[in-house]
Amino acid sequence: MTDKQVSIEEAVATLESGMTIGIGGWGSRRKPMALVREILRRDLTDLTVVAFGGPDVGLLAAAGRIRRLVYGFVSLDSIPLDPLFTQARELGAIAVEEYDEGMFVAGLRAAGARLDFLPTRAGLGSDVLPANPRLRTVRSPYSDAEYVAMPALPLDVALVHVNRADPQGNAQYLGPDPYFDDLFAMAATRTIVSAEKVVPTSALLDEGSFHTLLFSRMYASAVVEAPQGAHFTTCAPDYERDEAFQKHYATSAKDPEAWAAFERTFLHTDEAGYHAAVARFHAERGDS
Amino acid sequence: MNATRAEVAAAACSDLFRGAGAVLASTVGVVPTLGARLARLTHAHALLLSDGEATLYADTPAVDEPFREPEAPLPYAQLFELIARGRRHVVMGAAQLDRHGDQNLSAIGDRDRPTRQLLGARAAATNTANHATSYWVARHSPRVFVERVDVVTGVGPARARAEGADRFHDVRRIVTDLAVLDLTGPGGTVALHSVHPGVTVAQVVAATGFPLHVPAEVPETRQPTAEELRLLRERLDPRGLRDREVIAS
Repeated sequence: MTDKQVSIEEAVATLESGMTIGIGGWGSRRKPMALVREILRRDLTDLTVVAFGGPDVGLLAAAGRIRRLVYGFVSLDSIPLDPLFTQARELGAIAVEEYDEGMFVAGLRAAGARLDFLPTRAGLGSDVLPANPRLRTVRSPYSDAEYVAMPALPLDVALVHVNRADPQGNAQYLGPDPYFDDLFAMAATRTIVSAEKVVPTSALLDEGSFHTLLFSRMYASAVVEAPQGAHFTTCAPDYERDEAFQKHYATSAKDPEAWAAFERTFLHTDEAGYHAAVARFHAERGDS
Repeated sequence: MNATRAEVAAAACSDLFRGAGAVLASTVGVVPTLGARLARLTHAHALLLSDGEATLYADTPAVDEPFREPEAPLPYAQLFELIARGRRHVVMGAAQLDRHGDQNLSAIGDRDRPTRQLLGARAAATNTANHATSYWVARHSPRVFVERVDVVTGVGPARARAEGADRFHDVRRIVTDLAVLDLTGPGGTVALHSVHPGVTVAQVVAATGFPLHVPAEVPETRQPTAEELRLLRERLDPRGLRDREVIAS
């Protein structure tokens, strides 16, 4: 059995500027933030990012790494908008393909099934169609119905973060929702799986039922152990969203000086440095 | 037992679910959430409620308390299947709503360089193409009710007809802090359905940034019953979050 476990640096070193990268999770939930932070430490740029966006999109947009964003929304959940993303949009800094979420899911499913498109009702009549001139509709061969022909959203690489994985890349989620990580993995040529813990295959059922095994090793090309790797987004049941820190992120993002300080403290450092700085942040607040 | 404006609006939101049966009520905002829970406790017993994340719940707690009795999982992937199946009535918010019932959640201004970036398309188009959709506007003003939305996310009846999205299209009502509106105006435009107690038709017309269709007879929105008021005040919102969402003039 191929052991695919690598360091976070080795995994991200395989990415190239200009790639189309799908980022799993949803809003501010189980985002592969450690992998995103590693991208920020490198000179990867000109990326097409495909995501149900959260702070992953905010951070990459603010750092000027995104050429084109393919998304349905960008939100921090408990805070409705991500200030870094809204700034990037209001400055005209990134090109966007904005899809309705239903269309977005259809695009991932189409890519996973190696189809050019999938028909969907989602998007009919909305401005999503005129905003994306390449979109076409398709007539049913069985009735007069006309559907949106949602084009496939194939990915060069998918980045996902899960609760557990084995060294071969069998991926497990233990929280309430798999989100669309399995679709991202299936839509991608390569998938980098980061996990809170890498455990032997025999230990995968220690903490969750058979149904929590989200996708098999056939979809994984690299496995990274990244404890707290979704911080500051939620990674239930391992940990909830770090609301205080997310608030600090969002508040800092609104002020250039505060943002520069945030970057110095939390981003201009390696992963261990990041978590040490987060611990200091909580200690200074008097959080237990 | 004088009902506040928020309580009148909550009862109007409850009425959105009359005869709904076993469908998922998805709500954004305190008042619509109260409406859905009120509906389940009074007339729509089969209604399904979720935490808005991945779980359907059997209990009906206060709006600021967690659910405790899960009855089924509903992860996002399944939610989109459920929407396509049509078994849902969503009450969304809106940054803008126009005369034709088109809604905008995405951005204000130019597409490539918006003056205000909002959420994005979300699932508004999916919702309006597939099942009953209503809207909640906590502050009825010409800033929300505009002649034409900058970006169409949720689709109104005229566009749905023109673009072939009308097979399951059902934009039911728009509930605001002043009135209840619907889409029964000429050509499926926005019409005044009822005005809340203490509000005049002229007030609603003035707060609407497009020519609102006003029928010859405009009834008053019904008062909540004593039982509804008791449920709202004692069980569903004892800490009065509704009065923070609706600042009644």
